[in-house]
Amino acid sequence: MATAGNKAIIDIRNLHKYFGSVQALRGVNLTVERGKVVVIVGPSGSGKSTLLRCINHLEVETEGEVWVDGKRLNEKNKDINSIRAEIGMVFQLFNLFPHLTVLDNIILAQRVVRGRSKDEAAQVAREQLKRVGIPEKADSFPGQLSGGQQQRVAIARALAMNPKIMLFDEPTSALDPEMIKEVLDVMLALAKEGMTMVCVTHEMGFARAAADEVIFMDNGLIVEMGSPADVFNNPKEERTKLFLSQILAH
Amino acid sequence: MTHSSDIEPIPPDAPLAAKVHKRSLQERIDEFPWWMGGVFVIAVGAFYLVTTQASFGEALNFIRIGIGITITTTLYAYSIALVLGLIAGLGRISRNVVIRNLATLYIELVRGIPILVLIFYIALVAVPDSLGIFKTLGAWLDSIGLDFIGGPLASINNDAIPLNVRAIIALSVTYGAFLAEIFRAGIQSIGQGQMEAARSLGMSYAQAMRYVILPQAIRNVLPALGNDFVAMVKDSSLVSVLAVRDITQVARLYAGRTFRFREAYTILAILYLGMTLILSVLVRVLERRLHGNSRK
Repeated sequence: MATAGNKAIIDIRNLHKYFGSVQALRGVNLTVERGKVVVIVGPSGSGKSTLLRCINHLEVETEGEVWVDGKRLNEKNKDINSIRAEIGMVFQLFNLFPHLTVLDNIILAQRVVRGRSKDEAAQVAREQLKRVGIPEKADSFPGQLSGGQQQRVAIARALAMNPKIMLFDEPTSALDPEMIKEVLDVMLALAKEGMTMVCVTHEMGFARAAADEVIFMDNGLIVEMGSPADVFNNPKEERTKLFLSQILAH
Repeated sequence: MTHSSDIEPIPPDAPLAAKVHKRSLQERIDEFPWWMGGVFVIAVGAFYLVTTQASFGEALNFIRIGIGITITTTLYAYSIALVLGLIAGLGRISRNVVIRNLATLYIELVRGIPILVLIFYIALVAVPDSLGIFKTLGAWLDSIGLDFIGGPLASINNDAIPLNVRAIIALSVTYGAFLAEIFRAGIQSIGQGQMEAARSLGMSYAQAMRYVILPQAIRNVLPALGNDFVAMVKDSSLVSVLAVRDITQVARLYAGRTFRFREAYTILAILYLGMTLILSVLVRVLERRLHGNSRK
């Protein structure tokens, strides 16, 4: 508890994760302060998605500790559902519920997890849809929406739970280029409102504009971290320079 | 006349209906459901027999008494089998080792024994033995002073559960194992991302199953469930071995009494055919409606 002070909302200590004999994380330490936006970059297979998924226990750590808002995540912990309710997550492939309308997608967890009334949940859902700019899609089914619209619904669904933290796992990687901006705009607005965000993304423009801290990961470890200006303009580590030269080359 | 060269290139985002080009005569001949003509001939022939031949009409009048039992047995047994199948299907994918293995054991046992043998065994061995255990338990509870529970239990007789109920139990247990595999396959056909999304919103495993996974899974397996319902209508004929008066049993009684085997079994076969064909058509309509649905 000692280091989980008032400001740190996420505290990760010596995190190791194995998938069988493959080691995805090799001792990651990271604290995220309330209201900060952290962007994680790195080559594929570097463990950035695994790290993100450990924060809401979609992956269970092999070794080490994950503290969120003063509580340690633990598989035996019956509070895991209430902790997860405070952590919104946005997935690369949206993962909307295809059998429910957009509105019902956003209502469901409010009802069964938060115990809100149907009217209240629907009202919150409509507010969130307005916030992400597609209030007119409330009665559509996810399959009738474009990728960008689906991802904005996914963000609205997460926000409707009034989370304290938002996790983004490559939210624009599955989108056609012309739809990336509409999702990034929503994320940017969210960052300006002071949401605590941890984003795995390759969108360097977003990282420059929104991130308080950029983390470069490689081979299951945090190689370098700092302000966007530091990491992007003056990378200290060779691996960071190599990675940046590869993604900025085109 | 439509030639295949008439087909225009279709824009990639055109609605699906536009992609179905007009079929040529040859294709229509190839794809026409000729077998339905055979069914039609059988139906007309049956109608002719029943209306013109007194013996066939008499057989129908006698045998149709059993239709109610056949239908109710199937409906009860199928409903119970749905519940058993859902529980066992969820058990098969449980992370709990004990639950998973118990479910697998149940399914493998049932699948390894012929249905006819299972019906004999459940109705004539398993049910009486269970009643015996209750009776012993009742006597013991009685002896330690809990006679308000023990009394009723101890007075259970072997005929407390009639044979037609035992037939339903046997069919339910058998089909529960078949349906379990259908449910399991349906659940596993839903991508892992759905469960992750539900759990990330704070839902418990049970809530995610109930509100997110099962509604989609059941939709996917509705045709398979329908097929097994049709199969159960036919397999319900096996309960006649327990002297349950379904149409098969009644037909056997009629044949045995009158020696009119041709009449009895022709009518019996046609009654089953009628029921299963109607149900098959309903299943197909259901299937088509699901496919035609715009939701993905």
